[in-house]
Amino acid sequence: MTDFIHIGKKASRPDAPDKAAGKAHYIHDLERPGMLYGKIKFSDHPHARIKHIDTSKAERLTGVRAVITAASTPEIRFGFLRDNLALKKDKVRHYRDEVAAVAAIDPEIAEEAVELIKVEYEPLSGVFSPLEAMEEGCPLIHETDAQGRTRTDNLVPLKFHHQSGDLEAGKQAAKYIAEGEYSTPMVQQCCLGTAGCIAEFDMSSNLTIWAKTQIPFLAQRDFNRALSDMGLPGKNTRVIVPTLGGAFGSGLDTHAYEYIAILLAFETGRPVKIVYTRTEEFANLSPRQSSITKIIQGCDQNGKLTFREVEVLQDNGAYTSWGATYPSVMMMPATSLYRVPHVYFNARLVYTNNTYCQAMRGYGNPEHTWALESNMDELAEEAEIDPFDFRMLNRNHPNETTPMGLKVSTCGLKECLETVARKLDWKKKRKKGKRSGVGMASLIHVGGGGRIYRSDASGLILKLDDFGNANVFHGGVEMGQGLHSVLTLAVAEALGVKPERVIINPTDTGTCPWDVGTHASRGAFMACNAAILAANKLRTKIFELAEEFFPRETEQNLKKFLEQNPGYKPPKFDVKKASRRDRFELRDGFIFIKEGPREPWLQLELGRLLRAVHFRNQGQMLSTEVFYDPPNELPDFEKGLGNISATYAYGTQGAEVEVDTETGEVKILRMVAAHDVGKVLNPMALKGQIYGALAQGVGYALYEELRSQQGKIMNPNFRDYKIPRVQEMNFPVDLEFIETDDSYGPFGAKGVAEPGLVPTAPAIANAIYDAVGVRIRDLPITPEKILAALKNRK
Amino acid sequence: MSKEISFILNGSEVRVAVEGHQRLIDILRGPLGQTGTKEGCGEGECGSCTVIIDGRAVNSCLFPALEAEGKTVITIEGLQETKNELSVIQKSFIEEGAIQCGFCTPGMIMSAKALLDSSPAPSEEEIRDALQGNLCRCTGYVQIIEAVKEAARKLKGKR
Repeated sequence: MTDFIHIGKKASRPDAPDKAAGKAHYIHDLERPGMLYGKIKFSDHPHARIKHIDTSKAERLTGVRAVITAASTPEIRFGFLRDNLALKKDKVRHYRDEVAAVAAIDPEIAEEAVELIKVEYEPLSGVFSPLEAMEEGCPLIHETDAQGRTRTDNLVPLKFHHQSGDLEAGKQAAKYIAEGEYSTPMVQQCCLGTAGCIAEFDMSSNLTIWAKTQIPFLAQRDFNRALSDMGLPGKNTRVIVPTLGGAFGSGLDTHAYEYIAILLAFETGRPVKIVYTRTEEFANLSPRQSSITKIIQGCDQNGKLTFREVEVLQDNGAYTSWGATYPSVMMMPATSLYRVPHVYFNARLVYTNNTYCQAMRGYGNPEHTWALESNMDELAEEAEIDPFDFRMLNRNHPNETTPMGLKVSTCGLKECLETVARKLDWKKKRKKGKRSGVGMASLIHVGGGGRIYRSDASGLILKLDDFGNANVFHGGVEMGQGLHSVLTLAVAEALGVKPERVIINPTDTGTCPWDVGTHASRGAFMACNAAILAANKLRTKIFELAEEFFPRETEQNLKKFLEQNPGYKPPKFDVKKASRRDRFELRDGFIFIKEGPREPWLQLELGRLLRAVHFRNQGQMLSTEVFYDPPNELPDFEKGLGNISATYAYGTQGAEVEVDTETGEVKILRMVAAHDVGKVLNPMALKGQIYGALAQGVGYALYEELRSQQGKIMNPNFRDYKIPRVQEMNFPVDLEFIETDDSYGPFGAKGVAEPGLVPTAPAIANAIYDAVGVRIRDLPITPEKILAALKNRK
Repeated sequence: MSKEISFILNGSEVRVAVEGHQRLIDILRGPLGQTGTKEGCGEGECGSCTVIIDGRAVNSCLFPALEAEGKTVITIEGLQETKNELSVIQKSFIEEGAIQCGFCTPGMIMSAKALLDSSPAPSEEEIRDALQGNLCRCTGYVQIIEAVKEAARKLKGKR
């Protein structure tokens, strides 16, 4: 492995000081001159026809500047299948449907005005379970699709399917079989900073929007389309991303509140801000999708997997966002986690009158790994093989191609499994009974981008200034995960400047080149690969120019040095002859000759070279733009084939738990996480990513659930929706990073943002089974479920 | 009905007109322009709005503004040693990787400060107790606990 100066070393984040000082500006902190406050009137019913909306009282309230409804504004369609409207026209399909909105001079007046809007409904019967939604004669959520074609059922018209090998042959070859149905709940991203935006038009009707988004460029496309729908074709949107108070997938789509702010801003001619309260965020922002997964797996008498059959059913909610494409990720572990020759995967999504769902960290993978890794333990038990040995026997290997066509480059799964077993003291702790036990689970995830859109690319501009600063313009989004930290280190390392000379500019579609969005653990992988390309291009230019300037400038250096050190004898060295582009090196902002003597005068400060080049006649400035598109493929999701990522991340987590059989309480004694990260870029930031993801995994495993009754969110606050607090995370977490040095990765690194929560829940469930012999197949694993299972067993 | 109140904010006396229904966070973030204090839930459940009032860590979203009269209030903006120099606790948060999205950070740091002011050498248990009202969704708390321990060590050296 190469020796790096900055990569792999502990470094604090460039955005941390402002955040620690309270000087980072989130959407909540931003104001624009003349700004109004928007507020949305949501539906009172989960399914109803809108008969009449009376806005007259709200309009008369002092301080109100606009009241809008679908009737008073142009129709804006949006969403993955364009089945959603910014303001609902004839019908509401869930409680969070937006029926009207106001803009007022302060938030209190806006809230009061919303209360004054009266809506008459004709209630319709609702559908709240995906199974019910598929029954014949069930009420239709959408009578027509976005194109106006009649719909006859509640199935979402998206196909995710895979079939490889010969399933029947695989079943014939199986000696042991395990079958189960596993479910996962809706959970909320719970960003500490709630969602919001400010929309503002200039006098040419171009829009600027400060948006809490992870996809500034796809959002620009969506908003431009909306402008067109508003009768402003050809007008442009500039998306500016402020500091984000977390995102975790919630910013992967555009939202009705953003279109409503745009409509209000256009209507009033003034900037309009909409920020969700915590209650609104819980009730009206799209959470992680729930899932029901049926899985059957078999293995032969030696424990080798022979087949895997998977059926997924997802509650899509009332509209379609990116959450609907979770199966595109689910099919990755389904086909490719552990070696299995015959695979069947099929997913169905159905509309209901529940809240519609969106992306959340892991994007289908935690849901599917929950089912798969629980079932792996069940099959191991059937075959009477230790679950660790069973996984080792079926593990993936480097340089293999999986049934989905994933081209595995490096694969550290073996090391991850072994590390967890060793650190958990597996053989000793396993099957001890006595209410404590150990369990493990593994994962595969995209680690080299994830092509779920036509382009998976990421552009980057690197602009050098007269002072030797490297100004970076990149379209990826820093949402707290540490993108700007690793990007700073990558530019410093690849270009050869000090990290404090690297300036990452705010993400802005007006100044940054295109990037598909920050999701699929792709931020660091893409940005750092782009940074390396850009740095190499600039180094080539710098070294070309140094051929001319290095001898001249260092001669001046020498003169000055001799004045200060009269007795100094310079070594015999022909600087002019040695000044060839292939012999230069740039490090920490100084150019020098690689094999030359390291004399203090025989180096040239980068800023000085840049100034010399700038200010000569016909001078020039140095900057470069690159567009990195990773070597991966957009899979055919109907066939379930395609190498979705350039490389894949692996990992294993293990848990040791104690279960109180009187109360059903699970106490985690410790957790071990071993992750194949390719290469550690910044150990401190990486640990933070895994600790944080693992905590979200613990919440997912044991208590998080967005409860919905007849479509109504029943726990829209932190009192009733529990996320892990410091008391719950009161056990040691032992992390180990396996460096497989992937050739596609920047400096060898793979994406790591999501993997940390993918196997957490099944690792804990498997440990609970080891401890008390009950298998919970429905998340979260609450004390009530454990008690009920213990009772049933007796 | 508005009433003028005065209190000590970050070492200086401030006078501000307050409406009866306003919460301390409203006047801090509004007329006083101290947006470092964050509102994460408005219900006293997340701790993002934590400030120190007369030495105690308090959720400013639950504290009636009128009751600030005559009190001493410290917000995140009041922690810096000088204009450009952060306090030991703030630096420890930066150096130990305790900050990700940063939205919980000001509140978290204020809770840590209230603890270290009253208990300079806290046990891990005491640190957990002091931070129990502060939610973080990014970090899993491991590096936050480390940062508070590190700050305690450094402050001990400074005494």
